[in-house]
Amino acid sequence: MSLHSNQTVHSILDLVGNTPLIRLRSVEKRAGGDVEIWAKCEFENPGGSVKDRAARQMILDALDDGRLAPGKGLIDSTSGNTGVAYSMIGAALGIPITLVMPANVSEARKNITKAYGTKLVYSSELEGSDGAIRLVQQIVQDEPDKYFFPNQYANPSNPKAHYLGTGAEIIEAVGDRLSHFVTGIGTTGTVIGTGRRLKEFRDSIEVVAVEPDDAFHGLEGLKHLQSSIVPEIWQPEGIIDRVLPMATDEAWDAADLLCRQEGVFIGHSAGANVASACRVAREAGPGAVVVTILPDRGDRYFQPMKWEKQYVW
Amino acid sequence: MATVRIPTPLRKLTQGKEEVAAAGATISEVITDLEKNYPGIKARICDDSGEVRRFVNIFVRDEDIRFLSNLDTPVGDSDEVSIVPAIAGG
Repeated sequence: MSLHSNQTVHSILDLVGNTPLIRLRSVEKRAGGDVEIWAKCEFENPGGSVKDRAARQMILDALDDGRLAPGKGLIDSTSGNTGVAYSMIGAALGIPITLVMPANVSEARKNITKAYGTKLVYSSELEGSDGAIRLVQQIVQDEPDKYFFPNQYANPSNPKAHYLGTGAEIIEAVGDRLSHFVTGIGTTGTVIGTGRRLKEFRDSIEVVAVEPDDAFHGLEGLKHLQSSIVPEIWQPEGIIDRVLPMATDEAWDAADLLCRQEGVFIGHSAGANVASACRVAREAGPGAVVVTILPDRGDRYFQPMKWEKQYVW
Repeated sequence: MATVRIPTPLRKLTQGKEEVAAAGATISEVITDLEKNYPGIKARICDDSGEVRRFVNIFVRDEDIRFLSNLDTPVGDSDEVSIVPAIAGG
């Protein structure tokens, strides 16, 4: 069921997935023409981002096998889109959500998650996100029966959401014509799950993973693997054909252009995906049919940057 | 000399140091001094035209230089200068 469907749904969970694909003609032109570039509008998910898919799957699978049961809450150490997704789904299903975040994250992030009734625990502002990870592990260790700790970087339900959803939806929409799938890596769940489904459909579809070109980058949500803790779900063998490095400036420019030329206002990771899709289409030449992902909207990043003066890395 | 706080991804240029001292009466001069002692760091902070990259935030006395005088923002001897990349998601 999509947000654009004129039907009834029984829960906000039913609005997750089945996002539309939009054709990006201005990007096709920049890629040299005679190509098709389609982008999956993940900002149409009810929590505003692609993370709704993984959060829903992780929660539903845990409810199914009993890792999450009445009396237990969910706890994790995200402060980004996954935190919003957990909060939304937790509210809908009556699951208490606790998020551990550094005390110095933006007021906006605190307010969005709190609006759903989520409880926030602050870790030291001096220890950044690693401090939040250590604190959540400590809390879970102290009271193991109280919480379900999804750990999106290691949870197979994360790529599974994209195997069952994103990948299948792309095949349904584009089918045999698809030549390339291009998307950025954060937890790596999107590219691994979608890529696996697409490769099973047709092995010749080229799957391209996009990462920041440097450890020092401005592509929020994306991971520079060489300088990061590599997620356990990153199992690229047989799925990923290549990893494409993307410069922050090129990605930010692509996001700006898409907003101004097509009225599609996207976040920076979506900008990285669009810029990469353009490159891949240009290299592949006439006949290429490229699909990419728009993980969220640009207005999620509208908050003034002043709070970052307190950000400790 | 001002104290400059270096973010993790740039510490390989500062031999792993989290804080380094740098001379200069303005941010621009501080960056020039950093480059002298830690070659390569300026290109990471500034673009080809010499402006601070869009995704890099520099703070002096806890104030973003974009709200002050950008590269001309004065820096005192006892000031702390922080170089902060965009926050990582997840």
